[in-house]
Amino acid sequence: MTAVEEQVADNTAPDRFGIRSKRSGEADERLAKTGRMTQLLRRPEAGAAGGLVATIIIFALLPGAANLYSLQGSMTFLTLSAELGIIATAAALLMIAGEFDLSVGSMIGFAGVVIGLTVRHLGLPLWGGIGCAFAVAILVGYLNGLIVVKTRLPSFIVTLASLFILRGLSIGITRAVTGRTQIPYILDGVPDPATAGLFNGHLFTGFFQWMGTQGWIATRSDGVPFVTGIPMSIVWWLALTVLAGYVLTQTKYGNWIFATGGDATVARNVGVPVDRVKISLFIYTACAATLLATIQVMEAGSADTTRGLLKEFEAIIAAVIGGVLLTGGYGTVWGVMFGALIFGLVQMGIFYTGIDTDWFKVFLGLVILAAVLINNWIRVKALGRGGGR
Amino acid sequence: MTPAMELRGVSVNFGSVKALQDIDIKVYPGEVHCLLGDNGAGKSTLIKVLSGVHAPSKGEILVNGKAVRFRSPRDAQDLGVATVFQDLGMISLMSITRNFFLGREPTRSRWPLSRIDKEKANAVAKQAMADIGIDVRDPTQAVGTLSGGERQSVAIARAVHFGARVLILDEPTSALGVHQAAMVLKFIIEARMRGLAVIFISHNIHHAYPVGDTFTLLNRGRNRGTYAKSEISRDEVISIMSGGEDLKAVEAEIQGLLAQIAARQSGVARQ
Repeated sequence: MTAVEEQVADNTAPDRFGIRSKRSGEADERLAKTGRMTQLLRRPEAGAAGGLVATIIIFALLPGAANLYSLQGSMTFLTLSAELGIIATAAALLMIAGEFDLSVGSMIGFAGVVIGLTVRHLGLPLWGGIGCAFAVAILVGYLNGLIVVKTRLPSFIVTLASLFILRGLSIGITRAVTGRTQIPYILDGVPDPATAGLFNGHLFTGFFQWMGTQGWIATRSDGVPFVTGIPMSIVWWLALTVLAGYVLTQTKYGNWIFATGGDATVARNVGVPVDRVKISLFIYTACAATLLATIQVMEAGSADTTRGLLKEFEAIIAAVIGGVLLTGGYGTVWGVMFGALIFGLVQMGIFYTGIDTDWFKVFLGLVILAAVLINNWIRVKALGRGGGR
Repeated sequence: MTPAMELRGVSVNFGSVKALQDIDIKVYPGEVHCLLGDNGAGKSTLIKVLSGVHAPSKGEILVNGKAVRFRSPRDAQDLGVATVFQDLGMISLMSITRNFFLGREPTRSRWPLSRIDKEKANAVAKQAMADIGIDVRDPTQAVGTLSGGERQSVAIARAVHFGARVLILDEPTSALGVHQAAMVLKFIIEARMRGLAVIFISHNIHHAYPVGDTFTLLNRGRNRGTYAKSEISRDEVISIMSGGEDLKAVEAEIQGLLAQIAARQSGVARQ
């Protein structure tokens, strides 16, 4: 064999300049092998999962842990997590599609007012009032979405306008009709416990009662357990999380959500109905806010025009803690669930440890900063060096 | 033979700017048709007309001899005209498979349970890439982790897989290294051998001339002629691409400057 033939036969051997030629298909020797652990850490919810474990451990070591992690304490923080999780999941899907909805908090107040006024002052049955609230939500979400896709203005600005408009309408209409800013006694004289129970009831009450009679869980003096069952808010939260997770990762529509947030022009060029995806998600966030409003109205029996204040930011924070990128195109629903859990746990944890609750906000600010830094780091990891666009 | 794609008297105006005037182009199956021209010649506008991004102000587009109107790039794709855009047309945070099937996801089960058939999608994507000679390690890896050449390859494999009869490549090799550019050129030949009509836009004569069969020269928004490879030499193509006499003038100027420098240096040495 001549020297030339030898080189052709083994063209991966370095030539006289020490340069290795490349052949497609071969594993690149520069490609580091990634282990299972690294792959797990690269998942978008890795940071949130780690944060949740750390939070659980920290509060277990602080005074008040026994109360926080008791059945009653757990149910309380899980309910807080659930209420946030319902809107945070919706906010997360919209963020993955590259948009924000700042009107979520105002929508919670407005939906409550719609239920209160239609039931108390128009004499509609309870299901009718709730139906009206959802109809209004669909309209509000549609308008938010339509304005965003038609004007191409940042959704941040468009929904900031809706935030003020909806809050103003809630207060204005309620005061004009009732002379006050609250609508009390909504459930009084409404003979519809079945509809109310869908939102304020408890699941597995028989099981909890049985555990109470066995003496396994704490009961009141009359034998009724303190925790009568799993609140419906938690059931709604878990159901919506599983549904949203399935839609996002398993369906065509979910693929379109990622593509819309990843690069809307590219998505449009291959035929993804980008505008429809965005509008439908604005409708989803408005409906999620209305679901939360319904749960709160059914539990309190009253509506308050100031309900849901700042909830839009809490929802976005939970999504960001959960690994959803602020720039869109990346994130998971499971991460958002962890984010909501951290939120509820810290809020109740601070209460039980006896720390001044004012510190909750300081903590929140620090967590947001940490979460964003971790997210950026994870994205760079996910894309290898450089982190892509 | 009927051209796979044809433009008849196409003009595009942006306000008072005439970007393209009376363009006639015929592209045949199994042919690599190179579009050449300097910056501002109208290449980008022409690609946008061919791919369905812009509608022509005047004239008509024919696919397989039938007049068509594209309302969107997706319309063009559905008629078998696929474009691999310069900015790659890929979403870097999504996986190869998700990008490959974006907008045409294969599903299983019926609504409301219908979901993407991931096993099938991964297998098909891997196979489609293997068909044109790319071995993907893992079709679920993010496109952002691929090199520029690999991304171009995914885009070409996608176009071929979804039944493109006309493949438009906008500067596919401009951002690539030597090895990757060679890989992309190989795919162009591969696509041609499968009977596709390939429209290849490039600035690089070393890439365009070897693979091209036909060369159309654009200048100031007009078609200055279409030539078969046998009718035009590499040097002629170079001179047209660089703006004709300009290059010779620039070369002469550089020679003059070099001579001046040399003269000055010898002067310094003498002192």
